[in-house]
Amino acid sequence: MINYIWFFMIGIGVVVGIINGRIGEVSKAIIDSSEAAVTISIGLIGIMSLWLGIMQIAEKSGLMEVLSKLLKPAIIKLFPEVPEDHPAIGAMIMNISANMLGLGNAATPFGIKAMEYLQELNNRDVASNSMCTFLVINTASVQLLPAVMIGLRASLGAKNPADFVVVGLLSSITALIAGIIVVKVLEKSSLFKE
Amino acid sequence: MLKVISELIIPSILFIIPFYGLIKHVKVYEVFVDGAKDGIDTMVKIFPALLAMLVAVGVLRSSGTLDALAKLIEPFTSKIGMPSDVVPLALIRPLSGSGSLGIATELIKSKGPDSFIAKLASVMYGSTETTFYVLAVYFGSVGVKKMRHSIIAGIAADIVAILSSVFYSRLFF
Repeated sequence: MINYIWFFMIGIGVVVGIINGRIGEVSKAIIDSSEAAVTISIGLIGIMSLWLGIMQIAEKSGLMEVLSKLLKPAIIKLFPEVPEDHPAIGAMIMNISANMLGLGNAATPFGIKAMEYLQELNNRDVASNSMCTFLVINTASVQLLPAVMIGLRASLGAKNPADFVVVGLLSSITALIAGIIVVKVLEKSSLFKE
Repeated sequence: MLKVISELIIPSILFIIPFYGLIKHVKVYEVFVDGAKDGIDTMVKIFPALLAMLVAVGVLRSSGTLDALAKLIEPFTSKIGMPSDVVPLALIRPLSGSGSLGIATELIKSKGPDSFIAKLASVMYGSTETTFYVLAVYFGSVGVKKMRHSIIAGIAADIVAILSSVFYSRLFF
């Protein structure tokens, strides 16, 4: 999918550029954009490294477990089909906590483990209700601190690069709630019967 | 109020997390340095996708395609209060993480990092994940083929994320 999108962006741009008689500008933009990619990436290295270092401390000091404890009651309510003491609950909580802290690399292994546990309870090639709910929570991605975007704004010279964080959190929580409502309503619909 | 909170975010995290680490007897300096090593790796991983998208958006913008497209859909986007500049970002966000990061980068760069568009793009980028990628990876990992209602629910959450990022940005910025 992304292959076609990328090609069409360039393809249509070049054709329109020729029609508009702006192919000179297009040529210059290609070179300028490549240069910009380098400057931006180098600017990002600093804050990315800073963030990853701080998050390493968060992980080693057990801050993730603190967050997990806070999340547990909500998770148990959201997954009525999973027994409370099933390891799937723990794996899902760790995955969601890691995602909230922006620890993408740590989150994925927990997420896959959680899917494997959920598959033990499910045991077919059709998704279970719990799997659908878990993945919708995952795609809504509530992040307490979106490090990449803060770094990007900083490297491009923003006065206060974190000024969007609270509004972003509000927006992703809204999307999360909407996603959970839709997933819970649709799981009962005959259209999506197991 | 919002301004004060947002200015406090980075310094307080830099204070609280190492402080908590010290209480828990973590060798905070050494652990920090060890974690920070991965920063360059992460950037090296992001770079090619960033380059690909910055060039593609550069071509679209310089040729006048983006302006034409924006004019075409303006009647619709203006109704929901969405600036036409962020439409490409809204369309690509659920499909590609690195791609949408590239587009957001280009927007922030060309409109200025403190502009309304830049803030809206940051909110929009952060408020949802690349739904299709997440579903493909996780369902693929356990061999589940019928995804049932997860796709529609994921897309619904994406649409809400896009609309609410516009709504809240207009409200607060």
